[in-house]
Amino acid sequence: MKEFLAFITKEFAHVFRDRKTLLMLFGVPIVQIILFGFALTNEIKDSNIVIVDNAKDIATQQIITKIASTDYFKIKGNLASADEIDKAFKSGDIKLAIVFPVNFYTDLLHTNKAQVQIIADASDPNTATTLTEYVKGIIADYQSQLSETMQTPEQIITNTRMLYNPDLKGAPNFVPGVIAMVMLLVCVMMTSISIVREKELGTMEVLLVSPFKPILVILAKAVPYLVVSLLNLTVILLLSVYLLDLPIKGNLLLLYSVSTLYIITSLALGLLVSTGAKTQQGAMTLSLVGMMLPTMMLSGYIYPIENMPWILRFISNAVPAKWYYIIVKAVMLKGLSFSFIWRETLILFGMTLVFLFLSMRNFKIRLE
Amino acid sequence: MNAITLEHITKTYNKGAVLAVDDVSFAVEKGEMFGIIGPDGAGKTSIFRILTTLLLADKGTATVAGYDVIKDFQKIRGIIGYMPGRFSLYQDLTVEENLNFFATVFGTSIDENYDQIKDIYVMLEPFKDRRAGKLSGGMKQKLALCCALIHKPEVLFLDEPTTGVDVVSRREFWDILKRLKAEGITILVSTSYMDEATLCDRIALMLGGKILSSDTPERVIKSYPEKLFAVKSSTMHALLKDLRANENVVQCYAAGEYIHFTLKEAGEANENILLKFLRDKHEKDLIFTETVPTVEDCFIRLLGKQDGGAGN
Amino acid sequence: MEEPVIRTKELTKRFGDFVAVDRITFDVHKGEIFGFLGANGAGKTTAMRMLCGLSIPTSGEAMVAGIDVYHHPEQVKRSIGYMSQKFSLYEDLTVLENIRFYAGIYGLTDKQIKNKSEELIEKLGLQKQAKVLVASLPLGWRQKLAFSVAIVHQPKVVFLDEPTGGVDPSMRKQFWDMIYDASADGITIFVTTHYLDEAEYCDRICIMVDGRIKALDTPFLLKKNYGVDNITEVFYRLARTAQRSGD
Repeated sequence: MKEFLAFITKEFAHVFRDRKTLLMLFGVPIVQIILFGFALTNEIKDSNIVIVDNAKDIATQQIITKIASTDYFKIKGNLASADEIDKAFKSGDIKLAIVFPVNFYTDLLHTNKAQVQIIADASDPNTATTLTEYVKGIIADYQSQLSETMQTPEQIITNTRMLYNPDLKGAPNFVPGVIAMVMLLVCVMMTSISIVREKELGTMEVLLVSPFKPILVILAKAVPYLVVSLLNLTVILLLSVYLLDLPIKGNLLLLYSVSTLYIITSLALGLLVSTGAKTQQGAMTLSLVGMMLPTMMLSGYIYPIENMPWILRFISNAVPAKWYYIIVKAVMLKGLSFSFIWRETLILFGMTLVFLFLSMRNFKIRLE
Repeated sequence: MNAITLEHITKTYNKGAVLAVDDVSFAVEKGEMFGIIGPDGAGKTSIFRILTTLLLADKGTATVAGYDVIKDFQKIRGIIGYMPGRFSLYQDLTVEENLNFFATVFGTSIDENYDQIKDIYVMLEPFKDRRAGKLSGGMKQKLALCCALIHKPEVLFLDEPTTGVDVVSRREFWDILKRLKAEGITILVSTSYMDEATLCDRIALMLGGKILSSDTPERVIKSYPEKLFAVKSSTMHALLKDLRANENVVQCYAAGEYIHFTLKEAGEANENILLKFLRDKHEKDLIFTETVPTVEDCFIRLLGKQDGGAGN
Repeated sequence: MEEPVIRTKELTKRFGDFVAVDRITFDVHKGEIFGFLGANGAGKTTAMRMLCGLSIPTSGEAMVAGIDVYHHPEQVKRSIGYMSQKFSLYEDLTVLENIRFYAGIYGLTDKQIKNKSEELIEKLGLQKQAKVLVASLPLGWRQKLAFSVAIVHQPKVVFLDEPTGGVDPSMRKQFWDMIYDASADGITIFVTTHYLDEAEYCDRICIMVDGRIKALDTPFLLKKNYGVDNITEVFYRLARTAQRSGD
């Protein structure tokens, strides 16, 4: 045990004396979160929109005038029919389209109900949400003006459609994505590099020759990165709560427990990488190309998995970050309890066992 | 009892494409200082790694302190000290932290075994808070030795401990080894410096994975079969060229301030012919004697035998 | 007498408070083999870097091949050759490609490159290995090739930084034969080594201790002055007095 502690102390020294790497480990997530928070509060101005006014009555004219008078929108044109909207979006610079049905004002007067459709380009989800909210606000404002003059309250139902990214991935989804990526960065890349560094330095030779169990060498390597990862998690959560106003809805302990499991999964992956790499450079390439890329592409954090071809959807099941991403979203954003995420947790657990088994089997008690 | 034995050890790399160690056998007695002498790529490091249980040989058996390197590797790992070719230290840890760490890993502490390393550590103590990466070559070498000695090993393996280290540190280092040997530690050491060979009890000259000759340095030198001559003059380069041009000269090379050479056919008559030939060209200041070979001369002779006349 | 090929006067390099090279003054003549010795950290490498135009001196003067290293370091680089134990050839290029590359960066014409390559390969006896990767050559051959490449553009001076480390004794002798040949061709050789028997082959040697020149003379006179029979002993006596350590 004393030996093990000495080992961990040494590993901490390596981590904390390498200032540049340490700065990167904590700097990258902080910068990402802050940049994102900044992007969120950024107001949008002069966005190009098109209008399909099938009613051309007094109400639609008033609403359009109201929209045009704000700084947010610039009306690029009036389209004759809804069929042209698609072309307008594909041509590029249109962010949003508003469709008024025929008889808008008559409906409003006679049935007290009228519909407006708002179609937004959600490939940039933050802008799309903001813009639709603005339009809704303008319509609601118009409605309240009408209500003052009329006896019965009218209702204008806004019907929103998000093009290209119907789930509106973005805003709150960003934080779980950053967490999943950073854990992977720290655990897989740093762990594998630090093990391979010992091979390159030649210190691994001396350690192997010592009576110290080789497997403990590897475990001792994992401890500091577990700690660094938990610290990182805390920093990200604090920032997201206090800077992005994104409250943690679920149980904090549950969040930390599943995160620890995910960190261990990543550490096991890091060990596996280290058994396959001979140089620090090799370990880095393997972690970046072999781990980071699939995680970014296939975890669902950037691109929705549902829209992928079946083969990619199939492969995405092997990406641990996918499951962790689902878990964090469920716990942090939706406030769900363990009974809703036990399947994903079990999958992560199983993956960890497989990675650990593979790396133990590939771990050499001798030199190659 | 022998502290180290190797029998018909063979090791290849890249699936047999590179033959690193070729049927090597030798034994090191307990308390002996045994030197493996040879240039880079001779196979020295492979032998060290096989004996320290870090590599598996393709063929042959080997023991350390009576334990088999394959079967009992765990027992061996506890009782040997190993200093690999590139001094394995953590560059970002201080002198003291490095030593402390290795002491703990080997299940002991600096205090417990201080007497074992005292002589060396006093030289390092003024720098004990300095990071290992900032030490000079000689200091790193001493720290690495301390780390290898801290657990009182029975057998010490030192793979090229003096490479890249200056003469002063090299000499100090060999003085330390002498003292360790006096304490009864068996030492297997490798070097590419021929002049260090005579400091060992016994040596093995190694090249291309094979042991060319193995004995005490004195007997290796005594076994030099031919007469070895030494000449010098003020125009060494010309002298070397003249000797090479002579048909009766076999091997001929600069050795310190002299040129050493051997003759195809020695004997007084031939020597006189050669001497006359040289005197004619370098009459002013020619010095010509028969000389006692060094380990280097033996090595060059064996090399020459192997590839048919190197140096000529 | 001809102008010296290397001339330094009170050449000094400081890093903060640390004086790596302390007012060294010496001349090296055309075709001379000049051995530059010193313990680790004595300032050899720093001095050599200044002479190669890689490091600007703090004070003092240094002329290499008639060019002031302080004012024209780029021109110095053109007139010198350099080879070190650590880096000299590209291991993933063939013998021929290495020769062509170095000849090319020193501005030889295509015809010169062709002639030089053939000449070098024949001289080294590497006809069969011309198209193999340098990585697969034995170390001794690699170092001989590296030396040939370092003087491919007929520099006035060639700087050799521990050229024979780890090479077998027979190869080391062959390497020194090549140095003698180059020197006979009028190339000045500036060499550092840890093998002190090699110091005996130099025309003059200079021993540095703590950044200063402690001795500079022919091997014969050095031994005579110190009353010892080999250079190792001279070196040992001088270097033992060193105060500082560190690379």
